[in-house]
Amino acid sequence: MPLLDIESLVVNYRTLRANVKAVDRVSLSMERGYTLGLVGESGCGKSTLGLSTVRLVPPPGKITDGHITLGEIDIINCSDEEIRKVRGKRVGYIFQDPMTSLNPVKRIGAHFVEMIHTHEPKVSEEDALKRGKEVLERLGILPERIDDFPHQFSGGMRQRVMIGLALALGPDLLIADEPTTSLDVIVEAQIIELLKELKESLKLTLILITHNIGIVAETADRVAVMYAGRIAELGETDDLFEKPMHPYTQALLNSVPNITKKGQVLSWIPGAPPDLAEPPPGCLYHPRCPHAFDRCKREEPLLMKHNGSQVACHLYDKR
Amino acid sequence: MSMKKEKPQGRILVQFFPSLANLASRGLAGWAILIGAAIVAVMAVMTVVAPWISPYNPIAINVGPLLSPPSSEFPLGTNHLGQDMLSRVYSGGAIMFQVAVLSVIVCLAVGVPIGLFASYVGGYTDKAASLVMDSIYAFPGLVLAIAIAAMLGPGVVNMALSIAVVYVPSYFRIIRSQVLTIKELPYVEAAQMMGAKSRNTLFSYILPNVIPSIVAIATINFADAILTAAGLTFVGLGLPVSTPDWGWDLTYGRRLLPSGAWWVIAFPGLMVVLLALGFTLMGEGLSELFNPRLQK
Repeated sequence: MPLLDIESLVVNYRTLRANVKAVDRVSLSMERGYTLGLVGESGCGKSTLGLSTVRLVPPPGKITDGHITLGEIDIINCSDEEIRKVRGKRVGYIFQDPMTSLNPVKRIGAHFVEMIHTHEPKVSEEDALKRGKEVLERLGILPERIDDFPHQFSGGMRQRVMIGLALALGPDLLIADEPTTSLDVIVEAQIIELLKELKESLKLTLILITHNIGIVAETADRVAVMYAGRIAELGETDDLFEKPMHPYTQALLNSVPNITKKGQVLSWIPGAPPDLAEPPPGCLYHPRCPHAFDRCKREEPLLMKHNGSQVACHLYDKR
Repeated sequence: MSMKKEKPQGRILVQFFPSLANLASRGLAGWAILIGAAIVAVMAVMTVVAPWISPYNPIAINVGPLLSPPSSEFPLGTNHLGQDMLSRVYSGGAIMFQVAVLSVIVCLAVGVPIGLFASYVGGYTDKAASLVMDSIYAFPGLVLAIAIAAMLGPGVVNMALSIAVVYVPSYFRIIRSQVLTIKELPYVEAAQMMGAKSRNTLFSYILPNVIPSIVAIATINFADAILTAAGLTFVGLGLPVSTPDWGWDLTYGRRLLPSGAWWVIAFPGLMVVLLALGFTLMGEGLSELFNPRLQK
């Protein structure tokens, strides 16, 4: 039985101009111990999908259709109190910007105490602090620094603290929403290394949301490529990087500069993502796709199995 | 607050109050608090012990010649009723203190919860609260205070209430703007993501980050309440004439100033300014101190 099961999830953003589908009929299933990389360009619905798993889509966004089940819990229909118990306890969340993700007037220890007390009110403050220190030590931060304020930490260390907080209660699922976007490359490498280590040692189930394809190649077991709110391609990491099928995936991989190839001209994807307020008919990628043919403009491709992966493209539909 | 570094300047005070060591080592902010608190404390003590240190009864008339300039017998001179100005300066702050403290308490008790709650909930609650507060805010402060004081009649509590009504909107607006900013910050989002209850989010993530602003506005409110109280008394809506009060002295003094009797208005005026300064210094320092980013 999968740990997380998302079935044809639809998230709508009602704006004055139009009703925008930020996530459109996305289905995903995650086994325990797996790492899923969720890639796509800005605004393609990756973060909205992540936030939906704890029912925290910011207004005016709203989950309008579909099912999400985490273990035995129905995320979309359970009570507020039940979902509150899921947040933090069952699902840990790491944010993009560690600089502002910690309460500036509270010491790191207070964050751990607050976090642990929220879900386990009977734990004494000393025990909570002790647990916090253990977590920090594991993440390579001196335990005595638990008495410091957030501003006394560097960005990378704050992200470690955030990871520690997210892991403090041993969640089943960890969602890292662009955990390294605001960090420099060296710290980024350290944080990714740390996540990989933790993944091995704690058997973490991880959803890694990022637009950095390199990170996904390095850490993820499976990759889902999102485009304009839909999943374009979903497959094992090795397969996807060796034989990308969807033209969008191919273009994405080609636009990563390769320093080992001489004289390679950097390619890019012409055009811009579609305006979701007025989506084009048929395949949402067809205006930018070099292989587009008639059918792409009329008919929307559905995600279907092809050589062990799943791809939403008419090129692979032999009908 | 765990720093225990002593600095020589703070030694004498430190001997009496060990916790002041922290303040003295906090640089400018610490000194601002110390000086402000000292001014306020001296004023408060002076007011309390006034009956024992006053050379004359502050409301007894004809204790000396009318309008005599400062002399050895009457160090601050006398007014047109022959009352001793020194005694009046000693005891004239009592009412002002009560009014200021009471009005700040009322403001804190009303403005802070409304501001926090309405802006955290948002939507129509916020709109309704903002509308009411903005309409109060649209009146000029002293005019509104005068109108309310005129309706309620004189007295310490009524003065405090009329000042409170004028100031609640400023608390509300400041807190609202802060809450609106803070509730969108990632750490509040992170708190929700960790399963924090709304109550916890409001009280342990948002409120502590608003406190510096509350402290700042409260001290400015203190200073302004003193000035408004003086203003109310000045226009005759404050207290009975028989009460020794700096506000009354300012009222008389203004009329007497053309005759050259500067001392009737100068000394009570100085006291009002000093007291307001004390509160302001304290507030500035405290709001800086509450910000952990500025701590050393």
